[in-house]
Formats: sequence, structure tokens, C-alpha cells
Amino acid sequence: MIFDDEPQVGENLPILPGHDSPGRLERVLRAGHFAVTAEIAPPDSADPAEVYARAALFDAHVDAINATDGSGANCHMSSVGMCALLSRRGYSMIMQISCRDRNRIAIQGDVLGASAMGVSNILCLTGDGVQSGDHPEAKPVFDMDCMTSLQMLRGMRDEGQFLSGRKITSPPRVFLGAAANPFAPPFDYRPLRLAKKVAAGAQFVQTQYCFDIEMLKDYMAKVRDLGLDKKVFILPGVGPLASAKSAEWIRNNVAGVHIPDAIINRLAGARDQRQEGVNICIDMINEIREIKGASGVHIMAYRQEERIGEIVEKTEVLGDRVPWHPNR
Amino acid sequence: MKVIRYWSVSNARWLQRVYRGLETCLNCMHPLLQRLGYQRLDSGFAAVEKVVKGFLFDSKSCGQCTLGETGMACPMNCPKALRNGPCGGVRANGNCEVDADMVCVWVTSWEGSKAIGNPESTIQVIQAPVDVRLKGTSAWLRAVRKKRGATNDI
Repeated sequence: MIFDDEPQVGENLPILPGHDSPGRLERVLRAGHFAVTAEIAPPDSADPAEVYARAALFDAHVDAINATDGSGANCHMSSVGMCALLSRRGYSMIMQISCRDRNRIAIQGDVLGASAMGVSNILCLTGDGVQSGDHPEAKPVFDMDCMTSLQMLRGMRDEGQFLSGRKITSPPRVFLGAAANPFAPPFDYRPLRLAKKVAAGAQFVQTQYCFDIEMLKDYMAKVRDLGLDKKVFILPGVGPLASAKSAEWIRNNVAGVHIPDAIINRLAGARDQRQEGVNICIDMINEIREIKGASGVHIMAYRQEERIGEIVEKTEVLGDRVPWHPNR
Repeated sequence: MKVIRYWSVSNARWLQRVYRGLETCLNCMHPLLQRLGYQRLDSGFAAVEKVVKGFLFDSKSCGQCTLGETGMACPMNCPKALRNGPCGGVRANGNCEVDADMVCVWVTSWEGSKAIGNPESTIQVIQAPVDVRLKGTSAWLRAVRKKRGATNDI
């Protein structure tokens, strides 16, 4: 997909009226297209070639790439570093910011730096607790939370000032995102929490993995009752499970992921469990696109990134659209 | 103690009324408190709050109390110190992602808010990030001064 006002590679698009960012993701969503985003796994390496190779797996299949920020509280290349490398090549990046490792001074500095390097989308997260990662002895920061950091970033963009009130000469032009988990208790609170995130500044939302479509439908019905589908672009999260065993492990060890028995049984009964995981993901996307208020999907294919092309192609969610990529 | 903390949340309705009563009393005493000097009184009040709220709510004495808006559950007991709602890591049984033996502070907060009867309005209040300078100071006196518009301190 090439826009009429396509700039040089590595430069951003002009900001259209009614838009907040010069990015491709906001353009695609506001134009009413069903968007696809995917999560990139940052390497445990200082080699940029590894980053480019991982991103190339998504070429022509996704509208934006999430660079995770120490996901699972494990050390990897930083989201700022990933975004700096990839946005320079023209990739549309979603920079994730977790509140676990940095205080308000560091976060605001990173946002200015990222925006200067061409990052147009920022996703504010609370972040996993340090106990779940490879440095459980580290000091957790949590100076901000996802709600206050959304509000802070919106203030930087719209008011042109830091949290302290000090002026920013050229504000960051960013499209603000948040995460949501419809699959964790307290369930009746979750739609209201989304409303709060929207009030704090969220313009798009990506959810935790959906393996229980009925639960998602219930959540979306409540979201529509609150009128939130008109105020925020919602991209439910999906992903291929590698096997029944790994699904069982994720269910027991990864915080906030809900996998019903039916999914595990379906995997266990398949001859090729890996392929069945992909098939489940495809079925899930086909169900999600029918839900009113779902603006796209967010694919998290950890260690199966090479399957994203197949998933997107088989669901045909992009229609004739081929998202822009630098290797075309 | 978690047991007392859970008890306080299940009795959120009348505990909140007690607090409202206390707040009204302190408000009436504003001229006297002002004459005596808020600064001078702060450490005494903070000590009382630490004992009372520490016993009932496992309060961490952050000095910026949100109990009335968080269903009488102290959000500073959340290992991530979340003051604006639960993270996405709450376990299926409602327990905390970090401390598996503790019910998520926000699961209890939500129950407490429902008991008080104003859950939807209070949780939509976006709580400001914690001002670490206020830790250990009196939240009660701060609330009175704020209400009376006497903002001669942070």
C-alpha cells in the first residue's frame, strides 16, 4: 500500500487533518482498513543485521511492528534501539514503554528521542513484574503506571509540555496506544478500565492473546455499550500455539493468558500440533473480523514469526492491500 | 496483615462513613489546626495515621491517600504500586501475578467500591502518579488543607 503523499524512505508521512501522527498505522486505521500488527522479538545481541532479518519476516504482511520493552522482564535489545534501527528503514514501529524499568524523567526523554528518530506510535504498558524475568533481584521502578504515562504523553503531545509543566519546543507527534486484557479478573471491571484508558489518552488498544472467542465477544458487547468502539481502535491479540504441551505451560506460567481446555484438547488431538496451532490462530482471526468494533488484529507469534505470512495470507484480512515495506 | 486488610475491604461501606465523619470534624477544626500550625502537627497526625491505617489497611503511608476512591483497599500494597486499576496479570483465581498468595489489590478494591456503592464513578478518577516527597506525611491534614484551599505546601 503506497499513499499518494509517499515520502522518501525513512521519512514520515505528512500529518493529515484529524490525525495526530505522521505514521502509517494511524492512516490505515482512520481510513477504515482492517489492520494487522505483529510483535517482533528483540534479539539478545548488538548486531543490527539480526533486527533487520527479524523484521523482514513481516514484510508485506503487517501494518506496524511492536517493539517490546523487556517483555516478561527479561533483558533484550531496547525498544528505543529496535525502533531507531527499523524506523530509519521506513518500517512503521509501535514503541512499547513499560513502567517497570524507568521513571518519569527517563520515559519522557525516550519519547522525545523516539519521536525525533521517526517513531509515530507509542504503546504504554504497566509491564510485567521483575519476578517473572531473568533478573528477579532487580529493583522494580513503577514510578508511573500505564494510565498516568498515557496522560503524560498526551500532555507532551497536545499541551506541548513535560509533566512538570516545562515547555517542549517541538512536541512528539505520536499515536497513543494501550494494552487491555479482557481475559483476566475482575471481568466486570475490564470494560470500565478500557474506558479509563481512553479517557487518559489511548487511541488504539491491543489485547492479550485471545483463545476464548466467546469471552472476547462478551467483552466487546460491553465495550460497545459504553460507546468505546467509536473512540478507540481495538486490535484483539492472537497467536499460534506450538503444541498442547507448550499451551499447558503458557497457561500455568505466563501471567494473564487464558487458554480454555477446548483449545488444548484440539491441539492434543491433532497429528501436526504446530500446524493446528496456526489453524486455531487463523480461525480466531476469522471470528474476530466479524466482531463489531474490532479494527484489526495483533499477532504475537513468539518463536514462530515465520508463520505470520501464512496466517495473514490464509485469512485474507488484508484484501488487496499490501502494507508498505522497504524490500518491495 | 492480609486478614485484617480483607476484613476492612468487606466493611468498606461503614469504614468510609467513619472516615467521612473524621474528615468533617477535621474540617471544622481547620481554624484551630491553622493556629496551631499544620507543619507542627504533621508528624503527630502522621504517626496516628500510620498506626490506624497501617493496622486496618496495611497502609504504606504514601501521604496521598486514595482509600475513599479505591474501595478502602490501599493500592500501595500492589507490588507494582498501581493506583489506577489492575494490571493484565491477575491470575484466574483473582490472585496477584507477583504474590500468588495475595488476592489482587484491585480485585478487593473493586469489591469494596461495589460495597460502598459508587464503583463506576470512583474508578474513573485518574489518580496522579505518586509524589515520593510526601511519603510519611499526614494525608488527613493534606485533605483538609486541600478542601480549605490552604495550599501553602506541596
